[in-house]
Amino acid sequence: MAVVSTEATPVATESDIVAVRRLVRETAAKLGFSLVDQTKVVTAASELARNTLIHGNGGEMELITLNGPRVGLRLKFHDHGPGIRDIQLALRDGFTTGSGLGLGLGGAKRLVNEFEIDSQVGQGTTVTVTRWK
Amino acid sequence: MATSTVNQNATLASIIQQRREAILAEWLREMSGATRRSDLMKESELQAQCGQFLDLLARASETGTNAQTAAYEPLREMLMDTSHVRAQKGFTPRETAMFVFSIKRPLFTAIREAHSKDAVAMAEQMWSMTELLDSLGLYTTEAYLKSREEVIRRQQEDMLELSTPVVKLWEGILALPLIGTLDSARTQIVMESLLEAIVQTNSRVAIIDITGVPTVDTVVAQHLLKTVTAARLMGADCIISGVRPQIAQTIVHLGINLLDVTTKATLSDAFGLAMQRAGFSFVRSDKKESKRDN
Ligand SMILES: Nc1ncnc2c1ncn2[C@@H]1O[C@H](COP(=O)(O)OP(=O)(O)O)[C@@H](O)[C@H]1O
Ligand SMILES: [Mg+2]
Repeated sequence: MAVVSTEATPVATESDIVAVRRLVRETAAKLGFSLVDQTKVVTAASELARNTLIHGNGGEMELITLNGPRVGLRLKFHDHGPGIRDIQLALRDGFTTGSGLGLGLGGAKRLVNEFEIDSQVGQGTTVTVTRWK
Repeated sequence: MATSTVNQNATLASIIQQRREAILAEWLREMSGATRRSDLMKESELQAQCGQFLDLLARASETGTNAQTAAYEPLREMLMDTSHVRAQKGFTPRETAMFVFSIKRPLFTAIREAHSKDAVAMAEQMWSMTELLDSLGLYTTEAYLKSREEVIRRQQEDMLELSTPVVKLWEGILALPLIGTLDSARTQIVMESLLEAIVQTNSRVAIIDITGVPTVDTVVAQHLLKTVTAARLMGADCIISGVRPQIAQTIVHLGINLLDVTTKATLSDAFGLAMQRAGFSFVRSDKKESKRDN
């Protein structure tokens, strides 16, 4: 699988989330994603970036363009926040420790093709998602 | 002679100090063509800036001519400020950079005069001065661009703030066309203004149009749902329009329950329904149509 390019963006403020969405949308469009697929991956990115900011106390997003046998977009959201104690529970629809709808994590998972959470309590969280063209 | 020994190891700092007034006068003259914008900045302000720049330059150059060093920090800070002010006042990047570049000639004249007996020292000093001023000029340009970006960002935010008016479409029918990013503190204000307008106009139906909202995520949905619920408590029905196919799909994947909310693909569909709900009906009076029938 050939990684064509990698780019890191900060996720530290509200306006960083807007920038993340713009960057993901532009990249997906450039890769030739359909409008529906663009919207799906941008919405997933929006949810995960917000979690990084709100629950993870800020971090960054790595954007990886894949151009092997298949074209795809991989996004890695990384923070050094409190981590997730029970990942199964966090993924459950409606579960929230904040004041959100509790649909972001599960929703993001349904909007992409590959989904992975790596989290250590007290260390931080990395969520990696991939959407193939 | 005393003067020649001073001149031979004349430091930049001493040259600037000794010839301060002459350099200043020539610099101001030099600038009149390039960056002096008396329409944008008062003469006295410009003179004060030039004087401050020269003094900071003299002090910093005592330790060398590398603009990145700590000794140059006060000078860099001053350039940051002046670039910021110029960006806001409407100077062009060129006019802003020329503030630094136009001091070259007056300084070179001063250096030449100070080293009239030592061509090698003169060339060396001119070279290091060129390098120094170039890097300060670039720094100025960067600072200017940063300030401009800041100005543009603020203008965009202001624009978004303004671009969400509540409009009365018909007696008892309001519309709120939303445009742009919806998930900041602004959303709260916009939604509140809709609720206020419902009360003021005694409306029964409110259409929230999201055609101009690029992404509907759970935060946006949460705001929409809250508004719909609050409007309902006030006796008004909400219709959400502008739900494009790709948005409808993502909403389903996110697991957001909009079943209790009336949604329409377009604003005109929503308007038709709103008229019906408000008790109005349309009759088409079209002569051409009836002629064709005959
Ligand atoms: N990056 C993260 N760091 C720590 N906890 C997280 C992170 N992302 C998600 N969580 C936890 O998972 C829960 C569910 O997330 P989500 O489904 O996005 O719902 P919401 O953000 O509305 O709470 C959050 O309430 C939070 O407790
Ligand atoms: Mg969330």
